[in-house]
Amino acid sequence: MSPHTPVAKRRGDRRAAAGNAGRPPVAWAVPGILFFAVFAIVPLAIAVYLSFCRWDGLGSPTPTGLDNWTRLFQDPEFGQAAWLSLLLTTVSWAFQTPVALLLGVWAAGRQRSRAFLSAVFFVPLLLSTTAIAMLFHALLDPNFGVIKSIGPWLGIDSDVMGSSTGALLVVAFVGGWQFMPFHTLIYQGGARQIPEVLHQAAAIDGAGMVRQFFHITLPQLRHTITTSSVLMIVGSLTYFDTVLIMTKGGPGTDTTILPYLMYRTGFQTYDLGYAAAIATALVVVATSISLIMVRFSGFGAMRSTREGM
Amino acid sequence: MAMTGLLAGCGSGAGGSDGGTITAYVYGDDAVKVQQAAVDAFNKTSEVKVKLVSVPGTDYVNKLRSAMGSPGAPDVFFNWGGGSIKPYVDSDKLVDLTSTVKNDAVLKDGFLPSVVAAGSLDGKIYGVPMRGMQPVMLFYNKALFEEHGLQAPRTWEDLQKAVTTFKGAGITPFALGGSDKWPELMWMEYLLDRIGGPEVFRKIQNGDTGGWGDPAVLETARTVVKLIDDGAFGKNFNSVDYGNGGAPTLLNKGKAAMHLMGSWEYSTQLGKAPEFAKKDLGWTAFPTVAGGAGDAANVVGNPTNYWSVNARTKHKETAVAFLRTMASKTYAQALVDNGDVPTTSNAASMLSGSPNPEFAADQYAMVQKAPSFTLSWDQALEARYATPLLTEISKLFAGKSTPEQFVAAMKAAR
Repeated sequence: MSPHTPVAKRRGDRRAAAGNAGRPPVAWAVPGILFFAVFAIVPLAIAVYLSFCRWDGLGSPTPTGLDNWTRLFQDPEFGQAAWLSLLLTTVSWAFQTPVALLLGVWAAGRQRSRAFLSAVFFVPLLLSTTAIAMLFHALLDPNFGVIKSIGPWLGIDSDVMGSSTGALLVVAFVGGWQFMPFHTLIYQGGARQIPEVLHQAAAIDGAGMVRQFFHITLPQLRHTITTSSVLMIVGSLTYFDTVLIMTKGGPGTDTTILPYLMYRTGFQTYDLGYAAAIATALVVVATSISLIMVRFSGFGAMRSTREGM
Repeated sequence: MAMTGLLAGCGSGAGGSDGGTITAYVYGDDAVKVQQAAVDAFNKTSEVKVKLVSVPGTDYVNKLRSAMGSPGAPDVFFNWGGGSIKPYVDSDKLVDLTSTVKNDAVLKDGFLPSVVAAGSLDGKIYGVPMRGMQPVMLFYNKALFEEHGLQAPRTWEDLQKAVTTFKGAGITPFALGGSDKWPELMWMEYLLDRIGGPEVFRKIQNGDTGGWGDPAVLETARTVVKLIDDGAFGKNFNSVDYGNGGAPTLLNKGKAAMHLMGSWEYSTQLGKAPEFAKKDLGWTAFPTVAGGAGDAANVVGNPTNYWSVNARTKHKETAVAFLRTMASKTYAQALVDNGDVPTTSNAASMLSGSPNPEFAADQYAMVQKAPSFTLSWDQALEARYATPLLTEISKLFAGKSTPEQFVAAMKAAR
């Protein structure tokens, strides 16, 4: 091999790279793809396979065809869990989005107090879910918790976790309390990207704060809203630890959402095949929802929000 | 874990038995030091050594499950007998110890018969008792009972009178950690035993889910609902738990008068409220129910824990020799010193050395005299029945299903 060959080869690479608009070659993605395949695709494939088997965790799985799936569609408990998951997701979204949006837009200002307060808001996200769940569990203890003393002032019954609606709302609230800072952060970043001139121009035309918010800030944030909503929805659908620690699916089965039902079926009942079917169903639902959201919000096309600038 | 189980099939044996050691899995809690001492003593004279692996309590069941499906399975392992080992028995993974025990004087006469029987499956012995007994007892606040001129309830009428009295005084009659579900189970277990006798559940335990259709089960569920309606557990028991100390605190703060709980309630109270435990904590047997078929001396709860032997062990003799040391006086003494009440037949004379001799002696006598000791239902049944059972009981207590619906759901459980 002549000593010039490597140089020529490198030049060839550079030309190819230039033709690809500055994007790195495929080889760069190999570690990532491998990692994703080993830790996401393979387990997912095993789970799908298991959903067609009967397996108690001992010995090897016995294929049973569509048994688990027919059972899934007839199981009232699955139906209830799916409904509760949907309800929890909707409540979480409706509760977190407006607050996170307003906080984020407010925090996008640049005064020092805001920077400091934003850092404070961020604290819940740094705590582990387990710690948060245990904290709220203690606060909401019907006999010895804070709720016992402040509940009557707020018109709340101290047995908030003992009632069906109460328990679900508590789960949604605790999740919101934990993850709202994250979404606030996303909205803060989004709001800071909005060119100042838009607001200045509107102000010259006589638009007040409220009009500016609805006619400039909100439309400019539409992609941010999609991103945050997809994360929120997928997050709520796979919500688990808080339920495990705070309500254990109760009272009765009133907070037995899909991930908890899957855990109970898989790791308490050791019906791993059926649990795999529930898990697979959950993956399908979560993926479909994110795809639908991405498609209908125009997010997939990735049009710049700065179009026409 | 699903993946671990599948992949383990192709891995090479890690841990497990090799050369001159056998592995023993034990539930990792404060009591492990007693087993560790027994292992150390055994290893001094044995050629094949025992290696004790302490698995943290919350992970124990899952870890055992995946290990037993892999080449790294333990040779000897801790369990609760009954349904907790049924899947292993069904897949021929356990050594049937029946003849070993029958032909060995030490093992045969070493333990209380009701305890050995409670851990057996279909009359076959798969486990040797290795920890203290944990019968469920009725604990009460002596000061509150004195204040209201009441005696510890011996009959159902006494109990109802106590409920009315305490409720009238604004005190919750019974603390109940309903959020944890299993404390609710204890009420079902005792009531069914008193109303229908231990045979009703034994039938179910032996695989006849139709046994849930016994009229005594319906009667039990109705009695529970009546108790709830009468306010016996207060209003908010659904969000009270045992694990985080909710229910025990109600009892020691005098907010609740009684608490139906496993014998470990004594050490829980001793840890949380030592003054109360020493002065005001009383205990008694579950009351009789008029017209019921069950003997009032019957007990429910966890008779004890057991060691079982993996059928694939290379050192069965060593394993059995180790199990024999569980019947020794030294081991029983170590349990007593740790605050446990051993299930060995010679334990009675040692109990004076217990941290609370009176409580230990009462407990021992209760189990020794019991004609039947029903293993906690969630341990006696296989996981695939036990989990739905806990869910259905939780629904019944939360008012989400009626006694009739409870019976129907249990009959239909697969």
